[in-house]
Amino acid sequence: MRNNGPLALAFNALVIAFMLAPLGVVCVVAFTPENTLSIPTTSFSLRWFRAVFEHPDFVASFWNSLWLALASATLATLLAVPAGIAVTRYQFPGRDFLNGLFLSPLIIPHLVLGVAMLRMFALVGGTGSFGWLVLAHTVIVTPYTLRLVVAALVGFDRSAEHAALSLGASQATVFRRITLPMILPGVTGGWLLAFINSFDEVTMSIFVTAPSTVTLPVRMYMYATESIDPLMAAVSALMIAVTAGAMLLLDRIYGLDRVLVGRAA
Amino acid sequence: MSSTSKPAVPWLLAGPGLLLFATLLLVPLLLTAVLSFNVYDTTTGVQAGQYTLEHYVHVFTDDYYLGIFWRTFWISLLVTLICVAVGAPEAYVLSRMRNPWRSILLLIVLAPLLVSVVVRAFGWSMLLGPEGLVNGALRLIGIGPVKMLYTEIAVVIALVHVMLPFMVIPVWTSLQKLDPGVENAALSLNASPLTTLRRVVLPQVMPGVLSGSLIVFGLSASSFAIPGLLGGRRLKMVATIVYDEYLHELNWPLGATVALVLLVANMIVMLSFNRVVEGRYKKSLG
Repeated sequence: MRNNGPLALAFNALVIAFMLAPLGVVCVVAFTPENTLSIPTTSFSLRWFRAVFEHPDFVASFWNSLWLALASATLATLLAVPAGIAVTRYQFPGRDFLNGLFLSPLIIPHLVLGVAMLRMFALVGGTGSFGWLVLAHTVIVTPYTLRLVVAALVGFDRSAEHAALSLGASQATVFRRITLPMILPGVTGGWLLAFINSFDEVTMSIFVTAPSTVTLPVRMYMYATESIDPLMAAVSALMIAVTAGAMLLLDRIYGLDRVLVGRAA
Repeated sequence: MSSTSKPAVPWLLAGPGLLLFATLLLVPLLLTAVLSFNVYDTTTGVQAGQYTLEHYVHVFTDDYYLGIFWRTFWISLLVTLICVAVGAPEAYVLSRMRNPWRSILLLIVLAPLLVSVVVRAFGWSMLLGPEGLVNGALRLIGIGPVKMLYTEIAVVIALVHVMLPFMVIPVWTSLQKLDPGVENAALSLNASPLTTLRRVVLPQVMPGVLSGSLIVFGLSASSFAIPGLLGGRRLKMVATIVYDEYLHELNWPLGATVALVLLVANMIVMLSFNRVVEGRYKKSLG
């Protein structure tokens, strides 16, 4: 394989700088001691992080987002594992329909989903309730979990299952002792990816949250449309930290490159 | 596990998921479609049971809405073209690197995908503001402050940042399928590097470029947080206008109409694009 020329490397450096610039600037400005958005040059301060923790709205929204992401990722995983088994292990009429339905939230704009769910919640009287919000998030994160579960189910050797069955193990035992342990990296990877996507989601959530269930990205969106100060930078830096933590876990458990590009890079 | 004798088993396995998707996806979409035909009265609100086409007529004849659809279209198209021009060569350059740089840099390009779009929009608003780093750099080379924030420039730049990973991923994937031997064969047969790139590499990564374009265009056209935060109050795109109709004007039927027109337009673009691409590849591979 030939090496990249200097021009290609310069281009690459520019693209990398472009990708990192907005995240980097947020993390640096979060440490400013000033009252305005400015790059700290001489001294660094944690005052804006302290301000975040003393801001009741942001604290409440953070807990909302955390519980929401934990609940919807878990529910999505519980639904995606049996659904994944159904669409990979069985041939039946309607299989393509089910598969397409479960993956459709990836194609339907979140805006449209938000509008549609708002209508539904208004009619059943559930606008802004946390339970409905969990279900709404479950719908949008299920495709991510399903894809990893399906990938795990397709790429494994079934001879161990057949051996266990022929030795008299029940279907349930085979699932618990053989299938589940073998697809576990895909399942946990899918759970984490669902968690991250739920934690970051803003477009659909902005339609279906009420003041008491506002999530952190929605709170940030509303805050940023009204005022821009270093508090926003500190919250953003914390968001990046949470996401980076989840990404590290995802990398250790499943491999970030496999999640992002589908196979080992 | 027998796969054909018990047809009920897969439906039982997928049942809970199907129940959720039916009640929270299919039914709400249907309800929204019905809502878009409901009569709306500014004082009494939505008139259940009374139907009209006026919202659709309104959206398709009012210059205000047509202007917003047109702006959304050209911004999405521009973002797609920039993503092709930057993302495809970037994937190619990365694929020719050696590890560990190859993996590390690929992750740097793709990882922002997992950071909330609100955070990224906020980062760009700091960079592109009148006192931001970009204007600071421009001042150093003697170009006066350029107004970027709350203009199309900021929206396009930030959208490219958000969408670039969606272009790099499919191009990278198709590059992985490329046999380096073919490229070397072309070179050893005295083809110039440029010819090799054009005649050998490019045709094989075209499917990746096209599927990337499709994703980028679709997501740009329905993007909400980027135009919402970087376009300001006056620069509206389709998603932000739907939000306004729902939460400020409270005209849900009109908002539902705009959202559904966006959904259908997106589907039409995707399907027709798919058809064109499939036809071409059937012909060339046929």
